[in-house]
Amino acid sequence: MTLEIVGITVLISFLFGYVIVGSIDFGAGFFNAYSLLTGKDRILTNVIQRYLSPVWEVTNVFLVFFFVGIVGFFPSTAFYYGTVLLVPLSLSLLLLGIRGSYYAFETYGARGHKGYSFMYGAAGILLPASLSIVLTISEGGFVEMVDGQPILNYRELFMSPLTWSIVVLSIAAVLYVSAVFLTWYANEAGDREATDLLRKYALIWSLPTIITASGIIWELRAHNTEHYESLLDLWWMFALSFLLFIGTVWLLWKRKNYGLAFWLLIGQFALAFYAYGISHYPYLLYPHLTIYDGFTNTAMAAALVIAFILGFCLLIPSLFLLLRLFLFNKEYVRGRKEDEHA
Amino acid sequence: MANEEAVFFSRALTELTLSFHIIYATIGVGVPLMIMIAQWVGIQKNDEHYILLARRWARGFVITVAVGVVTGTAIGMQLSLLWPNFMELAGQVIALPLFMETFAFFFEAIFLGIYLYTWDRFDNQKKHLLLLVPVALGASFSAVFITIVNAFMNAPQGFDVMNGQLVNIQPVLAMFNPAMPTKVAHVVITAYMTAAFVLAAIAAFRLLKGSDHIYHKKALYLTMKLGLIFSIGALLIGDLSGKYLAAYQPEKLAAAEWHFETEGEAPLMLYGVLDGEEVKYAIKIPFALSILAHSNPSAEVTGLNEFPEDEIPPLYVHYLFDTMVTIGMFMILLSGLYWIGMKRNWTFIQSRWFRWLIVAGGPLTIIAIEAGWWYAEVGRQPWILHGLMRVPEAATTSGHVGTMLYLFAFLYLILGVGSVVVLTRMFRKNPVEREILDREAEKTAERQTKGGDEE
Ligand code: HDD
Ligand code: HEM
Ligand code: HEM
Repeated sequence: MTLEIVGITVLISFLFGYVIVGSIDFGAGFFNAYSLLTGKDRILTNVIQRYLSPVWEVTNVFLVFFFVGIVGFFPSTAFYYGTVLLVPLSLSLLLLGIRGSYYAFETYGARGHKGYSFMYGAAGILLPASLSIVLTISEGGFVEMVDGQPILNYRELFMSPLTWSIVVLSIAAVLYVSAVFLTWYANEAGDREATDLLRKYALIWSLPTIITASGIIWELRAHNTEHYESLLDLWWMFALSFLLFIGTVWLLWKRKNYGLAFWLLIGQFALAFYAYGISHYPYLLYPHLTIYDGFTNTAMAAALVIAFILGFCLLIPSLFLLLRLFLFNKEYVRGRKEDEHA
Repeated sequence: MANEEAVFFSRALTELTLSFHIIYATIGVGVPLMIMIAQWVGIQKNDEHYILLARRWARGFVITVAVGVVTGTAIGMQLSLLWPNFMELAGQVIALPLFMETFAFFFEAIFLGIYLYTWDRFDNQKKHLLLLVPVALGASFSAVFITIVNAFMNAPQGFDVMNGQLVNIQPVLAMFNPAMPTKVAHVVITAYMTAAFVLAAIAAFRLLKGSDHIYHKKALYLTMKLGLIFSIGALLIGDLSGKYLAAYQPEKLAAAEWHFETEGEAPLMLYGVLDGEEVKYAIKIPFALSILAHSNPSAEVTGLNEFPEDEIPPLYVHYLFDTMVTIGMFMILLSGLYWIGMKRNWTFIQSRWFRWLIVAGGPLTIIAIEAGWWYAEVGRQPWILHGLMRVPEAATTSGHVGTMLYLFAFLYLILGVGSVVVLTRMFRKNPVEREILDREAEKTAERQTKGGDEE
């Protein structure tokens, strides 16, 4: 394996981590706001406070890790993406700002301030939409080089069906992932009412997720033939992913083993995500930038990999401890241990 | 080719984000250490008040961390969004500490979550205190790593330039650049200092506002003592920073001192105004600049006239430097008086006016932080990478930076106001007197029903 591949694999893996933990987080915000509207807020607010508040900062670091890592391993991405993404990513940052402060402000201060909860919920939907623009742009066709400077063609971007399919997919997927996880969590907490509600949401959002996902592959055929062909070469990964999807839905339908259902979902997304990533190879930005011409020097790459391995050795036990205390600790999940925060 | 408007707005947005972030970041670096010390003292002395102090600080800390994280994420992305050419070039040499910083964040975030949500899970308080160590370490190392990046911008090394390409890159050498030791040490110790004086200001404010509880007096004494130690440290390391500048960025030091002609026995100028090359109305401390620069009253200090016109930083940095140093001296004096006064039972340190001075010390140290950073950053102008790359070459060419500036200003306004409102409400709703009573009632109830079990 070359250093380029090592680098991009590490980064893709952290991005995947962010997609999952971020989805849970974003979706929960939306469901929370939605249930405020329908008067069922008590059910979800509890889950958010018990599970999401202690870990929101960790969720955020996954994102930071990704964007710091990518300019570390591939400094040219700063030039290409940095220049064209100013507007979309600045908007994402604003939304992240609202969300990030929510936990702290809400937990301690303006508890129950409805306006803030709605903003927070809305941000949960807009964020995946705005972040997913990066994926769309990476497919090429929206960036031109003018006088050696990359320029984003907004008109093209907003007119393209591909853009909107990816936006819809990202929203559907966020709600689906989040609902499946929360179903499991509520079930562990022994909260029947919440479990039923969330199970319903999960089933509702499963269909749009799979339909848009398939639709996007179809649209790529017209938009980026090269990418489409390499996607087809990996058909077996998508097939496996689809089987796992069926498994999750079946378990949810039968009200069985929500834990397994969630892990199958992770498998489904992982397969699809990595298949997408592998087929994207070697491009970081079609057709301007590949992982080879954008790569940093060997000395830096080696240093980064070493730092990563050392850091990882610190990280894994700590993350494990966190999950053990808040996710897999039955007493905590059920709210029996009266740990008030600080 | 650079787009002047984009350069201007990129600068403004960077200045805005960093100036806002640094307030929360500094508190984020310093306060965990204060919490740790308070909790440690509480366990050692078996004194509930210190434990409660730690706990209440931790609660406020959550709010400042949240804003720190949010704004930090913003500046992290903005580095690539606003300065793509800089990041592309510098990233090849200095990406390592930036990357390591994310691990420090990870570490801090994980243990902060655990620490905050496990206050009553352990019977042994020491175990709980142990969870705070990685938080404090993580926070301080975030500061260390990011400051290393900034040091590199001031004194780049660890590579060679050949035909406009960077070759022979040595990431570790780049990290240990000449600016690094003084810069890192000064930033970290001033963060501790700021945290101590901000917390002291809060305690003094409560005492002024009618609460005469011993809790606040203990808090005040502890924080002022720590503040004294750290501010003396800040002075000593600040002095070393001056020596670094004299050796590697003489134009920055000379600009701060309006020192035009290279000469020995150079005086230090405080305040004053500039009339051409003539300094008027300044307080002149003879030999002091030579001492600051070279530890030797007769040593020669390089003047601004040695540099080409277009490589001299704006001369208003003089006032920034003076502000920082004045506040530093003032805080040493204030906390020193307080400390001696406590030993000798001087009564004036209990007086209202003295307490008001302590209250002022909180915002003042934050102003010193801002002034210090502005001095360091503006003093580097026109370079973004000292001697290698100028600011306009580094900036984005996008035409939308101006709009983004307004959007972010709006976000910071919400965050700034929100954090202040939430913090005041949080402590007003739950004054310490009541919490002490509540906790005592809880303890007796607990003792009656059972002896503690749990882990
Ligand atoms: C509470 C804040 C505070 C206080 C009281 C002081 N400083 Fe400071 N100073 C900083 C906070 C700061 C800072 C914010 O941390 C800076 C900005 C960038 C940096 O490296 O540190 C800084 C930079 C800085 C620099 C520029 C270093 C560089 O650009 O590389 C010098 C020469 C000094 N300081 C010297 C001093 C002296 C002689 C002080 C005497 C008391 C002093 N500082 C007090
Ligand atoms: C957090 C405290 C900091 C503050 C308050 C601060 C302040 C400033 C200011 C005022 C400028 C504008 C100078 C001018 O245009 O005249 C600036 C520029 C800049 N700073 Fe800093 N800075 C801080 C830390 C850092 C660090 C740690 C880094 C690097 C990792 C950094 C990177 C930059 C960059 C890239 C620019 C833009 C180029 C320039 O205008 O020089 N800053 N900063
Ligand atoms: C260009 C300069 C800077 C960048 C790019 C930057 C980046 C960041 C990022 C991405 C975060 C959020 C991390 C998370 O998600 O947990 C953050 C938070 C933080 N930053 Fe900055 N930062 C800069 C300047 C500084 C400086 C100068 C200091 C210290 C003196 C500092 C200290 C911190 C600390 C301690 C946190 C953790 C949050 C907290 O505890 O309040 N940062 N920063």
